[in-house]
Amino acid sequence: MELKDLYRDVILDHNRRPRNFGTLSPADASAEGHNPLCGDRLTLSVRLAGDRIEDIRFEGKGCAISTASASLMTEAVKGKDRAAIRRLFESVHDLLTRPDAPAGSELGKLAALSGVREYPARVKCASLCWHTLNAALEKGGTVSTEGAES
Amino acid sequence: MNASPRTAPTPAAAARPYDAERVRRDFPILTRTINGRPLTYLDSAASSQRPEAVLRAMNDYETHSHSNVHRGVHTLSQDATAAFEGARERVRRFLNAHSTREIVFVRGTTEAINLVAQSYARPRFGPGDEILITALEHHANIVPWLMVCEQTGCSLVVAPIDEHGEVIFEEYLARLSARTRLVAMAQVSNALGTVLPVQKMIAAARARGVPVLLDAAQAVPHQPVDVRALDCDFLAFSGHKLYGPTGIGVLYGREALLASMPPWQGGGDMILTVSFERATYNELPWKFEAGTPNMVGAVGLAAAIDYLEGLGIEAVGAHEHALLQSATRQLEEIPGLTIIGTAAEKAAVISFTLEGIHPHDLGTILDAEGVAVRTGHHCAMPVMEFFRVPATARASFACYNTREDVTRLVAAVQRAREVFA
Repeated sequence: MELKDLYRDVILDHNRRPRNFGTLSPADASAEGHNPLCGDRLTLSVRLAGDRIEDIRFEGKGCAISTASASLMTEAVKGKDRAAIRRLFESVHDLLTRPDAPAGSELGKLAALSGVREYPARVKCASLCWHTLNAALEKGGTVSTEGAES
Repeated sequence: MNASPRTAPTPAAAARPYDAERVRRDFPILTRTINGRPLTYLDSAASSQRPEAVLRAMNDYETHSHSNVHRGVHTLSQDATAAFEGARERVRRFLNAHSTREIVFVRGTTEAINLVAQSYARPRFGPGDEILITALEHHANIVPWLMVCEQTGCSLVVAPIDEHGEVIFEEYLARLSARTRLVAMAQVSNALGTVLPVQKMIAAARARGVPVLLDAAQAVPHQPVDVRALDCDFLAFSGHKLYGPTGIGVLYGREALLASMPPWQGGGDMILTVSFERATYNELPWKFEAGTPNMVGAVGLAAAIDYLEGLGIEAVGAHEHALLQSATRQLEEIPGLTIIGTAAEKAAVISFTLEGIHPHDLGTILDAEGVAVRTGHHCAMPVMEFFRVPATARASFACYNTREDVTRLVAAVQRAREVFA
């Protein structure tokens, strides 16, 4: 295992300069994600145009993996509808958990997260933002990594 | 069983310089490599490793002496009973308790505190009563009391700490009142390493007639703990932080208090007679040990105490303190590194943060270098809240750590800065 496979330049860059950082006001949907094991917190706010995400912001404090993952996610989902986001989450989930999953072209920059699967303790860091987005699109509220499937 | 005075260390043992390299070789797991590098194990405050002597004692028990205790007339049952009760006597000597009736085997510190909460506090306390703890406590010394508060209507009162992570003694005194029914506090903070001035804190409580429970889980591996000198009423610790196995721990309780408490759990071994109308309870300490106990755990714990006292607890404590000072000095020089918890008296624990690098990233990078530290809130969320950090990295030192381990830790932290540069 090489550290550089986990902390790729894309990850370090998005950790240092997170994109779409902040809150949308007003927002059509929002949700909070929490990882009680490490204290990470993440708030997502979303503006919708019909079924599509028109704009999205995130705010919170977390490790490099969780910050970069959230930053990359906001870029990836902007302009997509719910069905496309669901498919993308499935691809990301496979990328994070399946040792043999190929990084499909639909992932784009998200493929930089492929190193995470070598570090099982860190998968939840990367998936927290996606669970939070799910919660925001479904009904809002709070999600926790504990008890949730990563 | 009558108490004998503590055996003083032999002059020869006291004069011999501490050989950490030799001690390290007593621990088979430390020969492992992690990511191709030698293991630098700095997470003993979470759980320490076991020396060969402990592993051998447990294997010998399982191989030659196991059966159920206190039951059979056959040889193995008698052997198992002798091993288990022998371990109890070993713990009694370790703590300098008056009697083995005061030594209850439990699963660990958490279970010991829950036992006192449910069997001592719950039947006695009510609205208007207060349980006093400190702001340094581990969740295991917070949550059982919150449960008692919910069950009885009593309140939890917290003695605050200062920016060094020390309990403010005057504030503690100010909170000891006619309403205080119990003081429950750590002897050493697991998250920061602060050594609390328990001697004078206990004296102040006892002078007001308030009983004291000490969570000694982080103290017993580093310093001699004498329940008679401390004059505490209850004391709890775990085997696995003391070079022994998991699943075994000890509750010490003053005999008169234990005798006045109802049993906590019911079952076999804790009774004298049972009918469908009533049961009569066994004597101390078995009244509190329902069901078949963890015999091999007790045997391992006794072997761990033998091992630690063989090294000399004072010598181990002095060695760890030297490592603490050296590591503190070197880490402080790293730009952006902040040590959380700077009490004047500390056990061998360094909690720290590094600017721009989350503790979890730090933990992963250190692990890649073979350095095992704990990252997170250390089951002490209120402590993290006080210092306004979500988490810290924590390096803790034990008898088997060496100067080389300190060097590796410092180099690995430097490496983390490079990765994130």
